[in-house]
Amino acid sequence: MKFPALTAAALALTLGAAPAQAQDTLLNVSYDIARELFEALNPAFAAHWEETTGRTVTIDMSHGGSSRQARAILEGLPADVVTFNQETDIDVLADGGLLPADWRDLLPNNASPYYSLPAFLVREGNPLNIQDWDDLARDDVAPVFPNPKTSGNARYTYLAAYAYALANNGDDHDAAQTFVRDIFASVPVFDTGGRAATQTFAERNIGDVLVTFEAETGGIAAEYAAQGLERVTPSQSLFAAFPVAVVAENAERNGTTEVATAYLEWLYSAEAQQILGEYFYRLTDETVAAEFADSQAAVDLVTVDDVFGGWDAIRADHLADGAILDQVFVNQ
Amino acid sequence: MTAVAAPIRAKRVLPGFTLSLGTTLLYLTFIVLIPVLALILKGAEIGPARFWQIVSSPRAVAAFQITLTAAVIATVFNAIYGLLMAWVLVRYEFRGKRILDALMDVPFALPTAVAGLSLTALFSANGWFGGVLEAAGLQVVYTIWGIALAMAFTSVPFVVRTIQPVLEDMDPALEQAAVTLGARPWAIFTRVVFPAILPAWLAGCTTAFARSLGEFGAIVFIAGNLPFRTEIAALLAFIRLEEFDYNGAAAIALVLLGFALVLLIASNLLQNWAAKHREATR
Amino acid sequence: MTHTHLPGQTRQGERLLIGIAVVTTLLFIAAPLVYIFARAFSQGWQVYAENILHPATLHAIWLTTVVAIIVVPLNVAFGVAAAWAVAKHRFPGRGILVTIIEIPFSISPIIAGICYLLLYGRQGLLGPWLQANDLQVMFALPGIVLVTMFVTAPFVAREVLPLMQAQGSEQEEAAVTLGANGWQVFTRVTLPNIRWALLYGAVLCTARAVGEFGGVSVVSGNIRGQTNTLPLHVELLFNDLNAVGAFAAASTLTLIAVVALILKAVLEGRRA
Repeated sequence: MKFPALTAAALALTLGAAPAQAQDTLLNVSYDIARELFEALNPAFAAHWEETTGRTVTIDMSHGGSSRQARAILEGLPADVVTFNQETDIDVLADGGLLPADWRDLLPNNASPYYSLPAFLVREGNPLNIQDWDDLARDDVAPVFPNPKTSGNARYTYLAAYAYALANNGDDHDAAQTFVRDIFASVPVFDTGGRAATQTFAERNIGDVLVTFEAETGGIAAEYAAQGLERVTPSQSLFAAFPVAVVAENAERNGTTEVATAYLEWLYSAEAQQILGEYFYRLTDETVAAEFADSQAAVDLVTVDDVFGGWDAIRADHLADGAILDQVFVNQ
Repeated sequence: MTAVAAPIRAKRVLPGFTLSLGTTLLYLTFIVLIPVLALILKGAEIGPARFWQIVSSPRAVAAFQITLTAAVIATVFNAIYGLLMAWVLVRYEFRGKRILDALMDVPFALPTAVAGLSLTALFSANGWFGGVLEAAGLQVVYTIWGIALAMAFTSVPFVVRTIQPVLEDMDPALEQAAVTLGARPWAIFTRVVFPAILPAWLAGCTTAFARSLGEFGAIVFIAGNLPFRTEIAALLAFIRLEEFDYNGAAAIALVLLGFALVLLIASNLLQNWAAKHREATR
Repeated sequence: MTHTHLPGQTRQGERLLIGIAVVTTLLFIAAPLVYIFARAFSQGWQVYAENILHPATLHAIWLTTVVAIIVVPLNVAFGVAAAWAVAKHRFPGRGILVTIIEIPFSISPIIAGICYLLLYGRQGLLGPWLQANDLQVMFALPGIVLVTMFVTAPFVAREVLPLMQAQGSEQEEAAVTLGANGWQVFTRVTLPNIRWALLYGAVLCTARAVGEFGGVSVVSGNIRGQTNTLPLHVELLFNDLNAVGAFAAASTLTLIAVVALILKAVLEGRRA
């Protein structure tokens, strides 16, 4: 039979290509809007790695919605490291036995070398005068952000809006849900990923305000400078950790544990932090952060732990089937 | 197998039966049947109660409704447009006919994702068509019309290519006779031509409809993916997968599979009928 | 092709029908085709060339070619075998077999991808065994090839089968009576009769294999420069905010489609 023979040949082709490493190869599976960031970070790390060890390293990238990526890894996508925007998506990998449950303790700052927050990007001159979360709930404002069921980015948007409403309504959950429902009701399109939402807003001119990570609003304002898009930081927002981890099981099998660990540790270095700052992320290295202080608006940051009691509580109260997110979004 | 085949084999002259059937069964088993079986097994794991709960949830029902509605719109359009194209391509001679004929295969050959990307850009507010349509108060992109448009584009060849051969085969004597009897053109079409091509027309529409239900690549770009408004069933299965909800994905996938099988069998029956009908009218 | 017009049908009516057909087709089918090239070249030849010659795009083109080179011959072999078995022999279950061959036509490719994931994924039925033997099927070339084989399965069989059925088996039977063996019958008698339909099926199969998106997107893992096929690369470039690059990559796919259609038109001419 021809078929098994050729499939075997195809297998040999892929498997044969993999072990031929005269150099290190890493697969970094990452979130959707980190494309340009890692294109800048990876060559800098490669240079650093060659300098310190004399070895060369190639870093392959895969970008997509953070949850989608975690699912692919669970199904066998051979990621050596993950750089996500959702702690829950790394927890899923830990539940699947791919990395230790205490991954947060393996690197400084809860394994989050940088962070960001949901912020706004508005049309030139801010014609609708959008300043804060209240404005998103107005009838005449059409916000754009992706589907919170598939996008970690949008889940932060949802939680940040919810937290803002709680803070301004004396912790009244009913009021917060009404508030979030009002925002969701005027979203014209729910794309599946952060980048698709950016496309909808910037390329197709749909909506009045794009809600996404501050890092993305900065990048997009620069990319579409001709459109005069303006960045707006709300008065209060949610601290969004950008966690990283070595996928221990895969890294061991691929023999990449050393370079994978070095890669993630390097993200905390002044060199990497400088690049991260240039891509509008907020930094954990205070010396470097001071350099970017002028370009980053002051904002009252609340955390998931303070407002919602941690991710486990969020999963149960908000994200589970039929929970609050379903009530305000899906079953509206 | 041998027990069944033995009495038949005696009459068989041509060699290669075991080899060809063996190859066919092996290929189908490994490439089509076992993966589909994996899906059915996953579905069986869920249990009937939970299965029903998943597929009858308001969001799933809405997704099925949207998919069916858009597929109906697309198929109605294709039924008319496809019939017109088949008629024009078979019955008339004009310059550029060969190009027009070749264009009918574009949806088969063009990757659906590329088609989706292009249609979205064309019909969005700053595209060639979108601006005009929007001025007329009609929004296509991110509405059910966009879904129907993508479905119609990807499935139109099924209608044209099923009717064409039947029209070509039709005996002109029938129409001539009708003319001699003094029938008007429209009456000739409805009384003589249409009944002859009806089975093929229905078969083509059924296949096009089945294809529309399964289309994904072209639609995700143009749909807007709004739950309860523009979220199609195949996308919902995809979203369920991304949410780690394998049962949900498998259940929705199984319903789609069921639809596809029923339509496929219907289309095959229609085509058999069409073949017999054709022989009878010859 | 000199069909009689219905006498009594007005010349005007004919013109009107042709007019509607041409205009609708231009707007509905031709415009999306033209638009791809218009956007791809919107910033000139140089930008176009840069986008096409980018290593990641070249890799996507290469990967897509490899997939087609593996899938199309297998599919041709399968299609011919299936048509031979069904058309030249009578056995119980032929009808069912024909229906099964057509299943992939009406199944959403996404569903096909999910089927394969449930089978070969790390958490799938065969996952533990594959894992133990260190075999990577999903998120690598084998997975992409398998899903492409699924979605293209009916293409060749569908073209060859009706022709073989219509031609009957008299010629082959005569050859057998004259002492030809099976292989000789196939290569000398059957193959010349079906070659254009076979080529036509292979052309359509190639176009489909090259353009598959939904199913492959489930099993590819989207590793840039590794498992990104050309249609996936179009989406990736689009999400990179490189619309011109996306349309440039799309234009290569469109070009393949156009070449396939021209080939098909030529083959049809030969067949007629």
